[in-house]
Amino acid sequence: MSSTATPAKIKVETPFRRFVSEFAASKIAVGALLVFTIIALIAILAPWIAPQNPYDLAVLDIMDGRLEPGAVGGGGYVHWLGTDDQGRDMLSGIMYGLRISLLVGVGSAIIACAVGAALGMIAAYAGGKTDSAIMRLVDLQLSFPAILAALMILAFLGKGILNVVIAIVIVEWAYYARTVRGSALVERNREYIEAARCLALPSRIILFSHLLPNCLPPLIVVGTMQIARAIALEATLSFLGLGVPITEPSLGLLIANGFEYMLSGKYWISFYPGIALLVTIVAINLVGDQLRDVLNPRLKK
Amino acid sequence: MALYLLRRIMQSGFVLVAMSLLVFIGVYAVGDPIEILISPDADQEEKERAIRALGLDLPLWQQYLVFVSRALQGDLGRSFVFNEPAIQLILQRMPATLELAFGSMIIAIIIGLPLGLYAGLRPDTWGSKTIMAGSILGFSLPTFWVGLMLIMIFAVQLGWLPSTGRGDTAVLFGIPWSFLTIDGLSHILMPAFNLALFKISLVIRLTRAGVRETMLMDYVKFARAKGLSPTRVTFVHVFKNILIPVVTVLGLELGGTIAFSVVTETVFAWPGMGKLIIDSINVLDRPVIVAYLLMIVVMFIVINLIVDIVYTLLDPRVRLESKGT
Amino acid sequence: MRITTAICALGLMAGAAQGQAQAQTMTMAVGAPVTSLDPHFHQLSPNNAVAQMVFSRLVGTDAQSRRVPDLAESWTAIAPTTWEFRLRRGVRFHNGSEFTAEDVAFTFARVPNVPNSPSSFAGFVRPITRIEIVDSHTIRFHTATPYPLLPLDLSNVYILDRETHQNATTEQFNAGTMAVGTGPFRVISHANGDRIVLERNDNFHGEAPAFARVNYRMITNDSARTAALLAGDVDVIDQVPTADLARLRADQRVTLSEVLGLRIIYLSMDHERTGPSPFITDNDGRPLAQNPMKDLRVRRALSMAIDRNAITSRVMEGSAVPSGQFLPQGVFSHVPGLQAPAFDAEGARRLLAEAGFPNGFRVTLHGPNDRYPNDGRIIQAIGQMWTRVGVRTAIEAQTWTTFVARAGRQEFSAFLIGWGSNPDGSHPLRNLTACFSRERGWGNSNRGRYCNEELDRQLITSMQELDDTRREQQLIDIQRAVFADQAIIPLHIQTNIWASRRGFVVTPRVDESTLAQSVRPATMR
Repeated sequence: MSSTATPAKIKVETPFRRFVSEFAASKIAVGALLVFTIIALIAILAPWIAPQNPYDLAVLDIMDGRLEPGAVGGGGYVHWLGTDDQGRDMLSGIMYGLRISLLVGVGSAIIACAVGAALGMIAAYAGGKTDSAIMRLVDLQLSFPAILAALMILAFLGKGILNVVIAIVIVEWAYYARTVRGSALVERNREYIEAARCLALPSRIILFSHLLPNCLPPLIVVGTMQIARAIALEATLSFLGLGVPITEPSLGLLIANGFEYMLSGKYWISFYPGIALLVTIVAINLVGDQLRDVLNPRLKK
Repeated sequence: MALYLLRRIMQSGFVLVAMSLLVFIGVYAVGDPIEILISPDADQEEKERAIRALGLDLPLWQQYLVFVSRALQGDLGRSFVFNEPAIQLILQRMPATLELAFGSMIIAIIIGLPLGLYAGLRPDTWGSKTIMAGSILGFSLPTFWVGLMLIMIFAVQLGWLPSTGRGDTAVLFGIPWSFLTIDGLSHILMPAFNLALFKISLVIRLTRAGVRETMLMDYVKFARAKGLSPTRVTFVHVFKNILIPVVTVLGLELGGTIAFSVVTETVFAWPGMGKLIIDSINVLDRPVIVAYLLMIVVMFIVINLIVDIVYTLLDPRVRLESKGT
Repeated sequence: MRITTAICALGLMAGAAQGQAQAQTMTMAVGAPVTSLDPHFHQLSPNNAVAQMVFSRLVGTDAQSRRVPDLAESWTAIAPTTWEFRLRRGVRFHNGSEFTAEDVAFTFARVPNVPNSPSSFAGFVRPITRIEIVDSHTIRFHTATPYPLLPLDLSNVYILDRETHQNATTEQFNAGTMAVGTGPFRVISHANGDRIVLERNDNFHGEAPAFARVNYRMITNDSARTAALLAGDVDVIDQVPTADLARLRADQRVTLSEVLGLRIIYLSMDHERTGPSPFITDNDGRPLAQNPMKDLRVRRALSMAIDRNAITSRVMEGSAVPSGQFLPQGVFSHVPGLQAPAFDAEGARRLLAEAGFPNGFRVTLHGPNDRYPNDGRIIQAIGQMWTRVGVRTAIEAQTWTTFVARAGRQEFSAFLIGWGSNPDGSHPLRNLTACFSRERGWGNSNRGRYCNEELDRQLITSMQELDDTRREQQLIDIQRAVFADQAIIPLHIQTNIWASRRGFVVTPRVDESTLAQSVRPATMR
């Protein structure tokens, strides 16, 4: 996936092949990557492989609500993972839910990364007033509790997948900015940048052709972790009643919806989406973990 | 150092003003408190009286100016709902939250540090791999879900711990605390653990990473070569070095913990600031929301400052640098 | 078997239970936070419930919401515009101060003048133009026009003491120092948003409460509240989540107490716009030139398309009863024979075709998702049902804070909302379906802006009718007309449910109030 493709650009420092073989040294990480690939495929292909379109109110029937796993509903097919309170097939719900969770997670991570990295690089490269202005903005952002900020942004924008993405981007860009600035500050004083400056290359070229590639490793690590964080944040927001609309539930909303039924023994509404969420986040984190080990030169023997 | 501090404080002041403006506008944009607070059978006359009583008839900029001029005198407004000074309401709830946050930090250190050390020193054992896998779970599990699971298992199924609330308190310095009574301790255990979950993983990973990096350092290699006992190497040379990132991150996390205890406090009905803010958001009690958010900002600023200072004291290299500039 | 056990227990432990009950502490958990102990600060049901434990009113209400004597022993309209109340003698406040007519006059003067009140009780005393103290225990209220609702209004006003509360502030009430009333309990301590500790008032003028001490806790999270009950941390909880009902019913350790309440859940529609309505389009997404909600046939079709029994049984799990009107049976001015509209998808399609929509149209149904039990689920279920008769429905559930502000600005085309009635038809009629009018103070929660001047004229007449039999008939006639015109689409009336651990019995209250005096040890009954 994207995490294996991007390092190709940084072959200046680490040849791609060496990166792959180092990554593959951990069987767990390879397994996690495989699991993540499968999850991503399920999410992408959901409309073609799910037994039901769980967002189409016309095919839902509350008379099929809360059926046990394995029961056959009014639609004539087996609900392998049961149904929720609206008669929504849980298997389909989870497939579509994965789609939303991944869309929110990956989408917000990419946008936040782009925004944060750009600002962080500018801060590091320009220094002085620009740097301190941007970094105060970062402080401002980081000094504000993510959940509260997201809560207020969503209360203002209203529910919706796009709005959740916007909220998460606003909340998370600062992490990237700080990370990039940190490593860019180190890189800035390296000889190759000095050399580039001596050649009087335009700032833009130095920034994006020379500085950025060398700040990528920490960025990739942070980015991977932030995807997982974004997915969890979205789940929590949905639990608090904001987040995505109830008719198009993400994994977090499915869990929140089903939890009320947990005490009364209808575990499947909350349990299976919980497992799906867990597996997704764990897989992403495991991949990110190995990436960090591989990309951190200080850990190399 | 003094100059550096002064500059930081001035920057912080600017941050505070910017935040107050943002928060004020943000809170203003969300909903209409009168619609929430007023009885549904109240007539227009009563509605208009309430709007005037709460000062909502003024334009936004005037409301903000009133707020700022009062804030400068130490008054952050009165709660619409409780008719008490917002700051007083928050301070009343603060000990409960602080207690919970510190409890969770202690739990994180007690559990996280030894596990992290072990995983760092013996990275290839089966135990270490389990610990690391477990730490990923700690990062991945959503807090609300774990909280409810804990209640289900330990309070409902096993009946070992009380499910919610704060339990008996004992008074120290005129403030009621739960950790001074057995009943209070039994109440705080689950929410503190729930809140600690993320930090346990964090401490494990920081410790492990620190240990692994330090073990490769020349001075540790040298100490070992000198024939020092592994225990001494671990606890004197390695431990000292890894404490810096752990202290920094936990310090930064304290603010986050206090702010994010919202979810844990909601699940465990813990009467702290987090629960107050959620309740206040639900009824659009603007003065309390604004006061709470501003206090959080102040807290973060102070914590960042303290962490910076502690960091300087712990790491001589940083001290030298800041003296140089 | 259970009965035998109970009788045995009663025989064996009657004396012991009595003694035990005297010393016992009872802990109850409520779902809605109490915000103030000042009984005149904020008109909010959890606050009113606490006020009912600490203070008293002239006119009380029993568990069925019938008016009963409290601080007033009797009341009569001695002239068309004069009510006379005879007050109970020998009643003392918690601090020993005696209750007299002066205290009533003082209270009524304080009610409209509580500083910073976000929702005051002023409306209840506004009809009174003059107060006349006849003697220390007789008081007369003069009104501008005949006003039959005065006893009902006064059942909302808690009486304070002139000597004690002369300059009492809301803060002093909240701190507990001024929370001094004539009610069955006195306040020992109050931790904001957490708990109130109460102690029995041994000099209470009514039935003595069963428990000497009460912990009144607030646990707003539904699952946590149920868990606290199952873990034995609390003895009684209110607002039992419907999802837990099945399990609690099967649990031997728990008893449920249920009664049909006064809260109706209904759909409101855009009656204001004749042109395009903001959330209604044709099947291709283009705005309709005319607002179809103005057509009675469409409104009826939408009502008939709803399978109310499916909602009450599947979504509400039996904790609601389908309704075709505001008030449940047995309440003053309930309309006899007006049933919940039967589910008829075929009929709905036919009516839609008659109204010119053989292929339906598109609508967005709005609603809150954190206000009423299962509110978000109900609108989804209705979305399913409407879509099946051809009205393709999108669902948008929002937090109450956002939702209610938008609904109050008439931004929606159709939305779900609820209403807790007083036990008198004039209350929902005045607030929900009367024309929105500043002068009359009516239509305050008429967010769909339904308006029928003729019905309002009839309502004015009934509001001045002192004969209750005639007044009830007038109210019934108006309600019939309102529902024939489908001013709103009623869905169901909620059941109020309390759960208690074995050994505790809760008398369920129609008005949703969770009161410590409603709880008794099981063996004493």
